[in-house]
Amino acid sequence: MNSTLILFLIFIVVTLAITYWAAKRSATAGAYFAANRQIKAWQNGVAVAGDYMSAASFLGIAGLIAFNGYDGFMYSVGWLVAYLTVLLLVAEPLRNAGKYTMADVLAYRLHPRPVRAMAALSTLTVSTFYMIAQMIGAGALVSLLLKDSHITFHTAVIGVGILMIVYVVFGGMLATTWVQIIKAILLMGGTIILSILVMNHFGWSFSNFFDAITKVTYHDPKGATVVKDFLQPGGMYKPPYGALDLISLGIALIFGTAGLPHILVRFYTVPDAKTARHSVVWAMVLIGAFYIMTTFLGFGAATVVGRDFIAKNGGQNMSGPNLALFLGGNFFFAFICAIAFATILAVVAGLTISASTSFAHDFWTNVVHKGTERSPGEEVRVARITAFVVGAASITVAILLGPTFNVAFLVALAFAVAASANLPVIIFSIFWKRFNTAGAVCGLVVGLLSSIILIAIGPSLMGPGPTAWFHRAAPIFPLQNPGIISVPLGFLGAWLGTLLGGRDAAAEAKFTELEVRANIGLGAEQATAGH
Amino acid sequence: MADTKTTPGATSASSATSAPSGDGASQWDRVAAMDEFKQLLKSKARFIVPATIFFIVYYFLLPWLVGYYPQKMDKRVWGSVNIAYLFALSQFFVSWLIAWLYVRAARKWDDSAKNILNRLKGGK
Repeated sequence: MNSTLILFLIFIVVTLAITYWAAKRSATAGAYFAANRQIKAWQNGVAVAGDYMSAASFLGIAGLIAFNGYDGFMYSVGWLVAYLTVLLLVAEPLRNAGKYTMADVLAYRLHPRPVRAMAALSTLTVSTFYMIAQMIGAGALVSLLLKDSHITFHTAVIGVGILMIVYVVFGGMLATTWVQIIKAILLMGGTIILSILVMNHFGWSFSNFFDAITKVTYHDPKGATVVKDFLQPGGMYKPPYGALDLISLGIALIFGTAGLPHILVRFYTVPDAKTARHSVVWAMVLIGAFYIMTTFLGFGAATVVGRDFIAKNGGQNMSGPNLALFLGGNFFFAFICAIAFATILAVVAGLTISASTSFAHDFWTNVVHKGTERSPGEEVRVARITAFVVGAASITVAILLGPTFNVAFLVALAFAVAASANLPVIIFSIFWKRFNTAGAVCGLVVGLLSSIILIAIGPSLMGPGPTAWFHRAAPIFPLQNPGIISVPLGFLGAWLGTLLGGRDAAAEAKFTELEVRANIGLGAEQATAGH
Repeated sequence: MADTKTTPGATSASSATSAPSGDGASQWDRVAAMDEFKQLLKSKARFIVPATIFFIVYYFLLPWLVGYYPQKMDKRVWGSVNIAYLFALSQFFVSWLIAWLYVRAARKWDDSAKNILNRLKGGK
């Protein structure tokens, strides 16, 4: 057995022990869905960071920088800035006004059944697309990391899927939270050690480090030696549409993060709005520090390891682990690989619990059964079954699509839907008195459809691109990221729907209640005593 | 549809007990009518609106300038380090600064929310 596998097993044993501990504390709905709202600010902040920073960040961005230089670093900036939208506009009103899901806020003063049905559909779309992307990534990664131990893509996907189901079905939000906290601490620890090793390699001289970045040497596909200045912009975002695509991605990040259901549900786990605010700040400190350190991970891999070696040993996404191998040896390589594994598990667990909460609370209890549980504990029971079904379905889909399936567009789609469908209706329900049910349904439908359609007719799926399915015509929409069109369309749809829907006196009358509740926490859900 | 309308907290006993006792729905109107509440909303808007506009503009300046003026942004200002890198790096610190200013401003909003809730409990 190699050391990566042993570290994997240690992580699995620890997280299963936590799940066992959490399972005994997750009997009631408040405990299962929101950890009794007793999570502390720092814990929730660290968990948000753990929920958010996926393997795409840890391995993907390091690889983007290692292969494309500066543009990869520019790409990483938006992931932190997006949290200002969460902090300034969404976290506190959401915590005060809602109970378990994003839809609680939308349904507060609108007709709950159509709004919740659409919001649940949007939540499930975002979560499943994102989850399938993570599962395929996990399978490809684990089979690569553990290639000596004969673990195949299928075994890896099934293993990750089963663990995720166990965490969520038995341990609920409490187990998910602690898996995310442990993962975030491991991820930050590994990244800090790697950064220190990179600076140590350059004799603690930033000017040596940056000088090396201006002279990155590798061989192009024809075998010619290339010396390139990796601080120069333009490595990835090339004319004519590169800059526009990056702006479009930025729009999806800045407006989408505050509409990601698995991030939003985290704010229901804390006792009050003030704690929610402080937890966003904790998350911002960690997330910001992490993305700044991608400078060392990415440029470090480009200068210390070099593109040639990485390309032959796992490819772009293995830039970080290869850097660990060069600077810290075999054991440190195993440690970094185990962190990547922990990272994926924590993110898929967060996605599973938000999807199952939304189905059980929004769709089952509030849409199908008009807001009442037919028997005590039904909502939690439905959520556990949903978590199992969602997990089994994503294992199946991930295996059917296979390890070579391009997952980047699934992530782009998840963020685009969150930004174009979820965020406009969240913002309007909190801040616009006139907003009504027609506006919410229209905004959700327009945002969801425009994101899906623009991705389907974009270069990810159409035209000559390497990942395209439909090769017979050039892409109709030139950008990989639809945000620049779909986000304004989502807002426009919500606005037009409101005007066309006519005035809803009841919804407007209830705006005062929502405004008071959102701003001072009067009537907000309280923390309950644990066991 | 109006008959199916429930608040998110309607199925939960905890939210009902947490609201201070008063004459039913009018507690919301009583808070909304308080000058201190109106001041609180104004004070929040005065911070949140400009801060949101600022961070959005500052963030999108980065891809816009780097995307459309790559040569100018590649100017080396500190050894090998160029404006493009420093500008991207500055985004992190500016985000943290805005978050810190927000948390500082929110302290006085918390006080005023507490005052409002106390006055409501006092039945004034």
